[in-house]
Amino acid sequence: MSEKVGSPPSKGHVEVKHFDLSYDTLEGPVEAVSDASIHVNPGEFVSIVGPSGCGKSTLLNAVAGFLKPTAGEVTVDGEVVDGPGADRGMVFQQYSLFPWKTVKGNVEFGLKMKHLDKSSRDRAARTLLGLAGLTAFENKYPDSLSGGMKQRVGIVRALATGPRVLLLDEPFGALDAQTRVIMQQILTNMWQRLKISVLFVTHDIDEAIFLSDRVYCMTARPGTIKAEITIPLERPRQQSMMMSSEFLGLRRGLMSLIREESIKAMGGELNDLALDGLSIDLHGQSLADVL
Amino acid sequence: MQGPPRLAPYPMRWLRLNRGGLRAAVVGAISLTLFLLAWHLLTKYRVVFFVRFTNVPSPAAVYESLGRAMHDSKFFMDVMLSCRRILLGFSLAAILAVPLGLLMGRFRLVHEVLYPVMEILRPIPAIAWVPMAIMLWPTNEQSIVFITFLGSFFPILVNTLHGMSLVDPVLVRASQCLGAREISIFREVYFPASLPHIFTGLTVGMGVAWVSLIAAEMISGQFGIGYFTWEAYSLVQYSDIALGMICIGVLGLGSSALIRGLGRVVMPWNRT
Repeated sequence: MSEKVGSPPSKGHVEVKHFDLSYDTLEGPVEAVSDASIHVNPGEFVSIVGPSGCGKSTLLNAVAGFLKPTAGEVTVDGEVVDGPGADRGMVFQQYSLFPWKTVKGNVEFGLKMKHLDKSSRDRAARTLLGLAGLTAFENKYPDSLSGGMKQRVGIVRALATGPRVLLLDEPFGALDAQTRVIMQQILTNMWQRLKISVLFVTHDIDEAIFLSDRVYCMTARPGTIKAEITIPLERPRQQSMMMSSEFLGLRRGLMSLIREESIKAMGGELNDLALDGLSIDLHGQSLADVL
Repeated sequence: MQGPPRLAPYPMRWLRLNRGGLRAAVVGAISLTLFLLAWHLLTKYRVVFFVRFTNVPSPAAVYESLGRAMHDSKFFMDVMLSCRRILLGFSLAAILAVPLGLLMGRFRLVHEVLYPVMEILRPIPAIAWVPMAIMLWPTNEQSIVFITFLGSFFPILVNTLHGMSLVDPVLVRASQCLGAREISIFREVYFPASLPHIFTGLTVGMGVAWVSLIAAEMISGQFGIGYFTWEAYSLVQYSDIALGMICIGVLGLGSSALIRGLGRVVMPWNRT
C-alpha cells in the first residue's frame, strides 16, 4: 500500500456515457435513469447529489457492476464494466461487514480472494488498520463496534485490495451528526494519502461540497444529470470552512438547483391537473359560454 | 479530598456479578430435590389418584437398579450401542442435509426439483418408516440407524434452508466487490451466515434422533437403551424401566450440550 503514496495518480478513470436504465413492469417500461453521463478523473473526488429515488445509487451500482445499462456504456480505465470486481471497492450504507470475521479478517478478505499468502495479508491489513487508527480493534468482531467504527472498517476493507476507484453509497447516512463529521475528515485524509479516485453518493449537499472536487446534481423520474459544479475550495479543508461565504455560496447555488427542479416538477403536475379539470368542465366551450 | 472508591473484597464482587447464574443453580437444585421428594412420597404411599403409583418403582429402588447395572456389562453395551446408532444416524443426516440445504438455498433449480418431494416426505414421522425400513435394509441394525437418520435429517435440512433464505444480500454483494467468485461466496458468506440456523437444526435434529431411535429400538430392536427399557417391562423389572428412562434423558441432555458447545467453538462471533 505504502509505495503508492506520493506517486501521481494514473489509474481510476471512470467514464459513464449516455447511461440509460429502464425496467419492465406490467404497466410498461419505466425509465429509472435517462442519458446520464459522468466521469471521474484519476485521483479525483466526485459526488452525486440528488433527492431520493433520483437514480444516483443506480449509477453507482452500475459502476460497481451490479446493474447492466439498458443503453450506454460504463468503463473504468477504458475497460467496459462487466460484473462486480475487486478493482472497484465499494462501501455500503448498511455496514455490510462480515459478522463472522474479526476486524482484521474483514480487511484481509479481499486479499484472501487474491490468493495472497497469510503473512503478506497480515502485513497489509495491519498497515491499513494503523492508518485508520483501528489497530486496537483488529481482533474484535463487528458486533462489538460502534457505527462509525464499522464504517471505518468498511472503508479500509474496500481499500485493501488497492482498487482503481472507491465507490461509496451514502456511507455516513446512518451515523449521528458528530460521527459523520469525523468520518468525513477521516475519509478525506485517507483519500489524500492514497490518491485514489472516489465516486461518492449522498443526499446531503453540505457533505458533497465539503468532500468533493466536483459535484453532479441529479433530478428525479427519470434520473438525469441536471448540473455539474466544480468545488474550488482549497485543501486541506477544515470544518470551519462550512461557515465561509464561498462555501455558503456554493451551497445556495446547489440548493436552488434542486429546489428549482422540485418546484418545476410540482408545478407541472398542478398545471396538468388544472387543465384536465377545465377541459372536462367546459367540453371545449369557453368559460363565458358555460356561465 | 476523596481517595479512589474502595472496592468490595473480591469474593463479594464475584458473588454480586454472578448473582443470576447462582440463583438459577440454587433454584434448579431445589426443584430437582422437590421432584425426587414427590416421587418418593407418591411411590412410598402407593398413591392412586387417577394415575396409579402402585407398581411404580421408588427412587431408592431405581438407585439400587443403577448400582446393579453399573456392574452389568450388558447395560453398558446397550448404552454404547444406542450412542453408536445416534452417532451414525445423526452424522449421516448432518453430512447430507447441510450441503443439500445449502445447495437448495443457492440454486433455484435444485430447490424447485427437491422441495415438493421434501415437503411430502417431511411430515411422515420417522417411526412410520419402521416397516419400510425393515424391507429396505438387510439387517435390523441398518434399519434402526436409518430411522435415526430420517428423524434428524429433515429438521437439519429445513433449518439450513431457512438460514440460507435469511443471508443478507448486501454481504454477498460486498464479497463480490472484494473479488469473491461463486465458490468463495459459498464458503465465505453463505455458509457462515447460515451457521447459526444450521446449529439450531442440529440441536432439534439431535432431539428427534433420540425420539426416533428409542421408538425403533422398542419396535424392532435387539439391544440398545430403548430395548432395555421395553425388555424391563416384559420381564417385570419395574425399577429398570425408570432407570432406562432416566438414562435416555441424561443421554439426550448430554448430546444437546455437546452440540451447543460445538456451536460456541465454531461460531465465536455469535456470543451475546
